[in-house]
Amino acid sequence: MIATTMLPRVALRSACTACTARTALPLRRGFTTSRVDLANTLIFLEHKKGNFAAATLSALTAAQKLGGDIDALVVADEASASQVAEKAAKLPGLKKVLVAKHADFANNLSEPLAPLIKQIVESNSYTHVCTGHTAVGRDIFPRAAALLDSSQISDIIGLEGEDTFVRPIYAGNAIATLKSSDKVKVFTVRGTAFDAAAQEGGSATTEEVKPDSVESLTQFVEEKVSESSRPDLATAPRVVSGGRALKSADNFVKYIEPLADSLNAAVGASRAAVDAGYADNALQVGQTGKIIAPELYVAIGISGAIQHLAGMKDSKTIVAINKDADAPIFQVADLGLVADLYEAVPELLEKIK
Amino acid sequence: MRASLVNQLRVLVPVKRTIDYAVKIRVASDGKGVDQNVKFSMNPFDEIAVEEAVRLREKYKDAITKITVVSVGPPKTADVLRTALAMGADDAIHVEVPDKAAANPLEPLGVSKILNEIVKKAGEEEEVGLIIMGKQAIDDDASQTGQMLAGLLNWPQATYASKLEFPSGKPEKGAEAQVTREIDGGLGIVKTKLPFVMTTDLRLNEPRYASLPNIMKAKKKPFKKFTLKDLGLEDQIKPRQEILKVAEPPKRQGGAKVENVDELISKLKEAGRI
Repeated sequence: MIATTMLPRVALRSACTACTARTALPLRRGFTTSRVDLANTLIFLEHKKGNFAAATLSALTAAQKLGGDIDALVVADEASASQVAEKAAKLPGLKKVLVAKHADFANNLSEPLAPLIKQIVESNSYTHVCTGHTAVGRDIFPRAAALLDSSQISDIIGLEGEDTFVRPIYAGNAIATLKSSDKVKVFTVRGTAFDAAAQEGGSATTEEVKPDSVESLTQFVEEKVSESSRPDLATAPRVVSGGRALKSADNFVKYIEPLADSLNAAVGASRAAVDAGYADNALQVGQTGKIIAPELYVAIGISGAIQHLAGMKDSKTIVAINKDADAPIFQVADLGLVADLYEAVPELLEKIK
Repeated sequence: MRASLVNQLRVLVPVKRTIDYAVKIRVASDGKGVDQNVKFSMNPFDEIAVEEAVRLREKYKDAITKITVVSVGPPKTADVLRTALAMGADDAIHVEVPDKAAANPLEPLGVSKILNEIVKKAGEEEEVGLIIMGKQAIDDDASQTGQMLAGLLNWPQATYASKLEFPSGKPEKGAEAQVTREIDGGLGIVKTKLPFVMTTDLRLNEPRYASLPNIMKAKKKPFKKFTLKDLGLEDQIKPRQEILKVAEPPKRQGGAKVENVDELISKLKEAGRI
């Protein structure tokens, strides 16, 4: 049983319609064709130590475009749950924040969380469930979707109606628009495709949800998160990336990092650089790494394979520095410099200062 | 009667036939899919999954009884299963669906339901104790099937794995496994027990090439075929999504080159990027 305090959705609906009519507020709806009060969205708010993931805030923006009511689910261990819930209640456009606390919820494992999401969705008749397309969202949501018998829509970059979604396929080389006939639309949102919602201005109510069983089939051991004082790669407005041509981890530190620091940029890397051990896995930009869209992306010694372009080609301005004038990266670069990076990068660094 | 068989493990590896990762895809003229007259091969993450299964057996010898590869797809999917057999899998199961995949591709939900049935079916002869599969297919980029299958089976899942270890000894039923996962910002380590579903990340291993003798041998390995009707799923696997349109992504106005670093800096300043 989910909390008995939760009202059936029908009651909430009618209450809401009544209050809207009374105050004559314009209904905030994303789509003129949609029927009033059709969308009823649950957003899973991903957080780490109380800080919301950037993609979660983008998912909230996407949810707002659906119109209708939006409730949020936050999960945490007993100690931190109320604090996170309080923070969540301030997010704009939320009606209600549902809080579920349990020691096993702290590490975002899918086995206890997918059934929780299913229970909450079914007992409240949500029509839409979303979160960011992050490692956490990608892990939990398909499991929850299967339990709900819903065909998930992953990594959406656009919404064209309450049932019509836009998403990239084939490493972003094609864009599909699809219409879902599922009763509950389960989708994950690409963080860079929607602006992050503000973290102030809302005043949602909070309500505890008590799951009656928590199934923990896996056990969290530890996390080894790369420590960095630089901006976060996923959200940094500027990124300097290095590829195979750097030749060594030392060169990565010597050439890429100082340039990144002088531009106040995050550091990225191609798969070749990561595989060769020049840079940490977490820095990989591409189809299988991070997908980013900064204001400025500087690709140094990166040829520009399809899989790499999938991760950065939505950047506002792309700069490429490469010795090979025929490298595919030059086909997408706004500014290309054919030069030896070992000369060009120090010169660039010197002249920027 | 081999008593030890009770604890031994059968590994199931689902694989997918996808457009080769090096092909530059083109949107089909009907605007509903992409051009299918191109080279196909095994989804790269699935190669990693097959490799991991084969390495497990090399490492733990008799702990693994059988590596079964399974794929759902049109008749040509058999090629991909043969490749997996040549890499070292023992037998293959092909769930054949009519050759109109381009117009109406199976969604991960449907595939996970089919795989769920296959796990049961395979279990009739020998129980499946571990499923290893790719973290995503490079065509639909959905990254759902492994998680969905784990959910349907109510098995634990360890997604985006870059390392699989058995701290208590060898892989056997109920044994503890430790999986290192690639997460945002670094690595996460989880422990779970067999049976479970693991999905592979790029860093897990480097897949081998099939040698010619092994390709020849693969032709003689057991190969089963099922249809959705055989599995009793004919009416259950219905697409939930209608593809309205597939379009080219917006083209970038790239290609402009600068002469030197000074010009690069002045152009960046002009654009307000530095």
